Amino acid sequence: MSTVSDVSPGSANGSSLSARVRIALAAGRAAGWASRVAGRGAGTQISGRVMLALAPKILEIVGAGRRNVLVSATNGKTTTTRLMAEALRSIGAEVASNRTGANMPAGIAAALGRSPETRLAILEVDERWVPYVVDQVPTELLVLGNLSRDQLDRFGEVRSIAKKWRAVCEANPSIPVVANASDPNIAWAVAPAHNITWVALGAPWRQDAATCPSCSALLDWSVDSYSCPECQFSQPDAAYRLDGDGLITPFERIELQLALPGAWNKMNAALALTAVAAHFDISPQQAADGMSDLEMVSGRFSTHRLADGRDAKVLLAKNPAGWTEVLRWLAASDTSVVLAVNAHLADGRDPSWLYDVPYELLAGRDVAASGERALDVAVRLSYGGVDHIIDRDPLSAAVSLPGDVAIIASYTQFTHLTRKSW
Amino acid sequence: MVSRTSAIRIGLVFPDLLGTYGDRGNALVLEQRCIRRGIDAEIVDIAAGTALPDSLDVYLLGGGEDDAQVMASAGLRASRAAIDRALGNGAVILAVCAGFQLLGGSYEARDGEVLDGLGLCDLDTRAGDARCIGELIVSPDASLGLPTLTGFENHGGRTRLGSGVSPLGTVEVGHGNGSGNGAGNSAGNSAGDEGLAVDGILATRVVGTYLHGPVLPRNPALADLLLGWVLGEDALTSLEDPVIDALRRERLHEARKTGLSAKRRDWDLARG
Repeated sequence: MSTVSDVSPGSANGSSLSARVRIALAAGRAAGWASRVAGRGAGTQISGRVMLALAPKILEIVGAGRRNVLVSATNGKTTTTRLMAEALRSIGAEVASNRTGANMPAGIAAALGRSPETRLAILEVDERWVPYVVDQVPTELLVLGNLSRDQLDRFGEVRSIAKKWRAVCEANPSIPVVANASDPNIAWAVAPAHNITWVALGAPWRQDAATCPSCSALLDWSVDSYSCPECQFSQPDAAYRLDGDGLITPFERIELQLALPGAWNKMNAALALTAVAAHFDISPQQAADGMSDLEMVSGRFSTHRLADGRDAKVLLAKNPAGWTEVLRWLAASDTSVVLAVNAHLADGRDPSWLYDVPYELLAGRDVAASGERALDVAVRLSYGGVDHIIDRDPLSAAVSLPGDVAIIASYTQFTHLTRKSW
Repeated sequence: MVSRTSAIRIGLVFPDLLGTYGDRGNALVLEQRCIRRGIDAEIVDIAAGTALPDSLDVYLLGGGEDDAQVMASAGLRASRAAIDRALGNGAVILAVCAGFQLLGGSYEARDGEVLDGLGLCDLDTRAGDARCIGELIVSPDASLGLPTLTGFENHGGRTRLGSGVSPLGTVEVGHGNGSGNGAGNSAGNSAGDEGLAVDGILATRVVGTYLHGPVLPRNPALADLLLGWVLGEDALTSLEDPVIDALRRERLHEARKTGLSAKRRDWDLARG
């Protein structure tokens, strides 16, 4: 366990950077500024690309001498990263973090470049880039949440990512890991690590974990945890466990009182709290208090003022597991719903996942099919028996629906709707 | 055709293994297109690890990841006799992507191992160099009387059809079987067809394809063809749906745009 005093500012690599890296950082910041001024977004991606082009080893250089904590998952990695950073900041630590969700090497380098003096970095990492980032920067802790189908045209199979992560843990077994025991792909991937803190978050989405990651036999899920009938693989005993709205730790139960909505954010908070409590010398209650006020993460759970003066909630749902959670959240109210779906590279170009989501649960609500792929959504809803209107513009669709409105958006729709609020 | 008294039973085979690309959507479309016509229909989930019943009208095999495909293959081979009985009784099979590969004699796993398929059709699949990912347009075999088929493909396999086996159609945009063998495209075709890109397989009451998206929501005429094989063509009244028509126009237009730019790029490269 590390102590809080280790996370004080002032001992990173700010004074030792080469001229080339300084120039790359400055050029990257300039490009990011230009991009923001031009209204193209938060500017972190272009800024990082400029930096990587000018100094290909920049991530290794800006990450050196720091205490890097890497957070990855299919869903919840941006929020988990932010919750960890908030908890650490609440006890006075200075934390560098890629808080806009720019989670590929360029974005990570840009975030670190902005805080050259900060020693502790909590970094969200895209699933595919975990091996590269671990290679480039000294990694103090890996925090790994869940793996499920997402953008299969770009990411490939779920299990191929699990295999990449397992290779990371095999090559670096001394890096401590905080991992979700309830996800078989995660449990198998991190098993080679010598120091694992398990947290059981529950497994509401199981469709990418039917077979044993170790021997391919069908997993037995019959007792609400998994075990393989053919080999030794089974759900690890977890010292930390999400139980309703609370996290059971080895010593106590901590209530997770969050401003963030939804059961999925309890899972994010339980993972973040386990990581912070187990790895840093912080009392879990204090860490939980530090997370409780956070209301919005990179536009997630923000509101958007509609033309008629109403506020629409804006949520991100980019894959079936995420949608499953959003539908659970929607069940508590009769909110009108706009489904805003694009299929650009960052959304996944193949929206066949629409048929993995039980949209039938929306029947009886006021619903709009929206986004560039509004017709795909509309056909899906029709076959699911859900009456709807079709309007490609989610904001005008929202105005057409009565009462409280939630816009559930795929990634590029979401960033378009929320970038002003970052 | 004598009108049926029992419901159409649509089997979703191993959805936990062969359901990676929204494949449940194909079952939903068949069920709903029956119900809209006043024909009783139900979806029967066949969980992995259980034997296939021989009593269903339609068997749907979807896409799956490598490990899942291995398990699905074992389950299907164990139920081979039931599948043969069902086909003998007039059942229909739609097999997509990994499921399509499993219809054949063999396929290649990621580690290069060649594994047995169901052996129902004369086709074999080997791993290719790169994955085929993107919109796919297929001109279906003229005998089917179907409009152009649209879908999305995402697979690493290259499937070669045996001689005398017909593909579902020829590829207009995308890769399809990706083996470049149009052999078997029609009876008596010559080696001159080598290089013609084709997709899938068409056999008696069996359709295999790399089209997902899923395939049936985008191609209702293909859904009705399968239902017609079960119920008799006369049993199917036409269903108008302007939104599906608009979706099809949009997808075909987009795919042809990207297909054209890919062709132009290849042509430019060829010219140097």
